[in-house]
Amino acid sequence: MNYFLELLIGGLTRGSIYALIALGYTMVYGILELINFAHGEIYMIGAFTALIVASVLTMNGMTGVSVLILATVVAVIYASAYGYTVEKIAYQPLRKAPRLSPLISAIGMSIFLQNYVLLAQTSDFLPFPSLIPSLPFMEPYAHIIGSAELIIIVTTAVVTVTLTLLIKFTRLGKAMRATSQDRNMAMLVGVNVNRVISNTFIIGSALAAIGGVLIASHVGRINFSIGFIAGIKAFTAAVLGGIGSIPGAVLGGLVLGWTESFATGYVSSDYEDVFAFCLLVLILIFRPAGLLGRSAAQKV
Amino acid sequence: MLLTFPIVVIRVNPIEKVIEWRWRNMALAGVGSFILSFVWRALLTWKERRGRVGACSVPDADTGVTHAASPAIAARPFEESRLYRPALGAAALFALVFPFIFSSYQTNIMTTALIYVMLGLGLNIVVGLAGLLNLGYVAFYAVGAYSYALLNHHFGLGFWTALPVGALLSALFAILLGFPVLRLRGDYLAIVTLGFGEIIRLILENWNDFSFGPSGISNIPRPGLFGIALSIHEATVYLYFLMIALCLFTIFVVKRLRDSRIGRAWIALREDEVACEAMGIDKTLTKLTAFVLGAIWAGMGGVIFAAKTTFINPASFTFMESAMILSIVVLGGMGSILGVILGAFLLILTPEYLRAFSAYRMLLFGTTMVLMMLFRPQGIVTNIRRVYRFAAKGKGDAPAQA
Repeated sequence: MNYFLELLIGGLTRGSIYALIALGYTMVYGILELINFAHGEIYMIGAFTALIVASVLTMNGMTGVSVLILATVVAVIYASAYGYTVEKIAYQPLRKAPRLSPLISAIGMSIFLQNYVLLAQTSDFLPFPSLIPSLPFMEPYAHIIGSAELIIIVTTAVVTVTLTLLIKFTRLGKAMRATSQDRNMAMLVGVNVNRVISNTFIIGSALAAIGGVLIASHVGRINFSIGFIAGIKAFTAAVLGGIGSIPGAVLGGLVLGWTESFATGYVSSDYEDVFAFCLLVLILIFRPAGLLGRSAAQKV
Repeated sequence: MLLTFPIVVIRVNPIEKVIEWRWRNMALAGVGSFILSFVWRALLTWKERRGRVGACSVPDADTGVTHAASPAIAARPFEESRLYRPALGAAALFALVFPFIFSSYQTNIMTTALIYVMLGLGLNIVVGLAGLLNLGYVAFYAVGAYSYALLNHHFGLGFWTALPVGALLSALFAILLGFPVLRLRGDYLAIVTLGFGEIIRLILENWNDFSFGPSGISNIPRPGLFGIALSIHEATVYLYFLMIALCLFTIFVVKRLRDSRIGRAWIALREDEVACEAMGIDKTLTKLTAFVLGAIWAGMGGVIFAAKTTFINPASFTFMESAMILSIVVLGGMGSILGVILGAFLLILTPEYLRAFSAYRMLLFGTTMVLMMLFRPQGIVTNIRRVYRFAAKGKGDAPAQA
């Protein structure tokens, strides 16, 4: 039973991280109908920035929660700036191009960012300091759920709720929904579409950075290629839940997290990544619109 | 644009415990991005201006990739048969004498480049003609390579038997994968093939009993020539000519396919799916044909790769390999045969001769892909669209689209 609970919590933690990254995919896809291949790289850059800031701060004698918070804030800002720039350089000039062009440009961007970090930093795995403090009141339950896991799960929940509220109630949210429904029409009624898209990229990148910091301090090591596999899995999560839908991304992330957790726990740990891909292929065969998605007719 | 400068600048620092402030890098990055931003702006304005010129002469120039009649490429040197014939002859002569004037190391590199030409042409069917983004192309390559290696290891099958078997196995995998996925939107195909590529690699790495895991399979025999024993140098030369022959075969097949009924269906499908279905083309079946044909070529490429290196392991089949083949196609010009050949030689031979920059290779690939998409989506060599003209009408220039 304890083993089961452990796997359940482990899956929940993993799933939360996937959900955080998947939210960025889903938002961008909802608005631009573009798979942002560079999203995983943004997440990796977030983690790297946090690592750099955290180690600089620790070396200058700071400790505890303030390091975590500062590192996260800087990582979020940097990742957002990167997301914004990537959109400006690689996607915005291709707004009117055929569908294949932005996709290829996105892959190019992803390869570029990966190798850029590889060259600017190192190709080795870097140890990531575990920034998340252990909470004293969690002590009795520590064998089932660690405080790092609790913080990850709570953060995801808070972020998701905030994002939902943002999209439902603010001006920006309204503009985003309008843009995703019909870009030209949104332009006609005075929405600055380019700014809305930029904002979407900024928000998505910020979420990815939060995910990056959290998982890096949970797993404890990062290198330049973590973004690739995390990106594919988060995309799987987004498709699983129904791409374009925000609760869908979260649900998809959780389902994927649990699948992986139980499959590695009860079947075999060698094929951890294979399970995720198989799930993706299966879901595309049997329910291409995703768990919470509606299948939309193609506009002509 | 200005917002990103500090990021590029501060990005370059520490290694755990010892903070390394690399101020020199900072200065370089600052100056570099300053200059690059000007280049960037200049390129953007150039593109805009060219777009406007294009819009004047061709009524619907804003639709994109495959525009045949843009004035910039009015002088097509490769279409002129007067130039084309001697160039072809020179190339053929060069190809014939190449292994005899250069060392066997050079010949080996050339053979590698030819394998990539073949792979590029295969992927060109999928990406260039049918417009399906296949990011797991290397998976089919791996299937081909492993089917030869394993069949040879267990049953002692020779190269010539394994070649069609490898191709068929790849095709089988392509059908299994393509059939469910090709019914969906194009983007899903990209991600599923990406996932498939990783699955194949992971399975090859982990399933030790089947594929011998990360240590790979060695002692794969080179292709035989009617049982004549060849020295290593002779075998290299033989493989080189074999590759030339196979490339010629590939070029011939791809060319015939492109101009065939199904080739035109692919191009039409790439341009507009809905219109295509209205014309009575079976969308899934047509896409599947392209996908499977591409896989067949990857499978053959894999068999030859295994025979050439005589050793394979899963590390040869990473996503970067797929990305490289894709950038060959993108750089060369999607849909254009000559472009893909040039692209393959450029991308494979340049790193070989510029070893000093090998660390920056992938960085350059990434940049190339983005820049090509932005500024020259049609590639180095534009695919010349067959244009059918109506004879003897006043404004008979109307391009009846193939």
